[in-house]
Amino acid sequence: MGFDSFGIVSFTGETKAAEFVNFLTQGKVMATRCRDCGTVSFPPKMDCPDCMSSNAEWFEITGPATLETFAVVTYGPSGFENDAPYTLAIANFGKFKVFGRMSKDIPADQLKVGMKVKAAPVKLAGDRISYEFLKV
Amino acid sequence: MINSAARPGLVSEYLGFTPNPTFYLESVCSSSTMGLRVAWSMIEAGLHNIVAVIGFQKMSELSSREAAERMGRGGDVVWESPLGLTMPAGYGMYARAHMATYGSTSEHLAKIRVKAGLYGARNEKATYRKGVTFEEVISSEIVADPLKRYDCCANADGASCIILARGDIARRVCKIPIWVSGLGSATDTMAMSGRTLLTGLKCAQKAATDAYKMAGVGPGDIDVAEVHDCFTIAELMAYEDLGFAKPGQGVNLIEAKETYAEGKIPVNVDGGLLSKGHPIGATGGSQVRTIVRQLRGEATEAQVKDAEIGLVHNIGGIGQYATVTVLRRK
Repeated sequence: MGFDSFGIVSFTGETKAAEFVNFLTQGKVMATRCRDCGTVSFPPKMDCPDCMSSNAEWFEITGPATLETFAVVTYGPSGFENDAPYTLAIANFGKFKVFGRMSKDIPADQLKVGMKVKAAPVKLAGDRISYEFLKV
Repeated sequence: MINSAARPGLVSEYLGFTPNPTFYLESVCSSSTMGLRVAWSMIEAGLHNIVAVIGFQKMSELSSREAAERMGRGGDVVWESPLGLTMPAGYGMYARAHMATYGSTSEHLAKIRVKAGLYGARNEKATYRKGVTFEEVISSEIVADPLKRYDCCANADGASCIILARGDIARRVCKIPIWVSGLGSATDTMAMSGRTLLTGLKCAQKAATDAYKMAGVGPGDIDVAEVHDCFTIAELMAYEDLGFAKPGQGVNLIEAKETYAEGKIPVNVDGGLLSKGHPIGATGGSQVRTIVRQLRGEATEAQVKDAEIGLVHNIGGIGQYATVTVLRRK
């Protein structure tokens, strides 16, 4: 699966961290760690912004994480018209944060800043793949 | 649509500037004040005597949904746009975090929109020249919860021009020259997940610190300010990021109407982006125009009495880029 399979709509098919999508198909949401200085990155970065090393390794995001904020999008932009409403969120995993979508299985009245979540891959229509936050 | 590569030459030639140099500069919504920063540098360096910073955007060529998608690609297009990130969603997440941390509410945000409507109605350059009531704002439909339709600025067509000249030339050709006193600019991560702070814009805080330092002034010295209210929450965070209020206390300014023209620190008394509309590349120039008119005593829509020091806060994207500019009459 190429990186252009990631997300609801792809705007760029290329990234050095394209392997992220292969990990998703294996059921894992992954981030990167610089083997030289230990800096962790999400989104994944194959080149370390802190020490410029390209000696990166992948590790699985396990959590649980804390939901820091979210917004419920009711007006979908082009390509997402039939997708709305959907909830975008930022979850804090301690050394890094992850931007993603809340699972549509979580009832709206249960969404709360501070709730515990984990990230999990999700298969989308049209042979596409992404990840979402699930309630822990 | 004319692509970006053709724009600078086209505008320059139309204005009769050929063979003088021209170029295109991009930092999304903060492009024209970033242009001001570069123009100032080129004049200080002795490279040029007079520079025109021209900002423009024609958004009516896109539908509303197309513009939402295009603007949503102002940030991390690899990892975040594919999940449906939009500007209202990004600022909606800031709003939720601010509300959860400090107890600010949709009612506070609505009061900012009511203020914008009051002054927008008096501004002949505004897209929306109509006041809105608190009830209209609070009952408008949801766009990206907690943000409603009236919490969001509108797409607009527009153009602006700032003419910057060497001091001696400005004194000669200008009745009341306005002086660039402080320039600050900073960036934050393209990805929303990289933001360490979600209740304010760190790039705006750094830009403000640098601009105040260069100008030798503090927040209390500012007589009138234009802030980047692409959303009501953006104005509330600007109160705090610029030091007009402590973190979490920006709501007190709008509650006490201290950011109205008669208040302690008048903010966006031209209607702001919320009334004027937001023609991306032109917006910063429009903000500078308002402050220049205020400092010259020519702001007929809502003149702040004896305004001598003004500030422009201009944000690009969902807080990816920031510029803060301090302007003075003397």
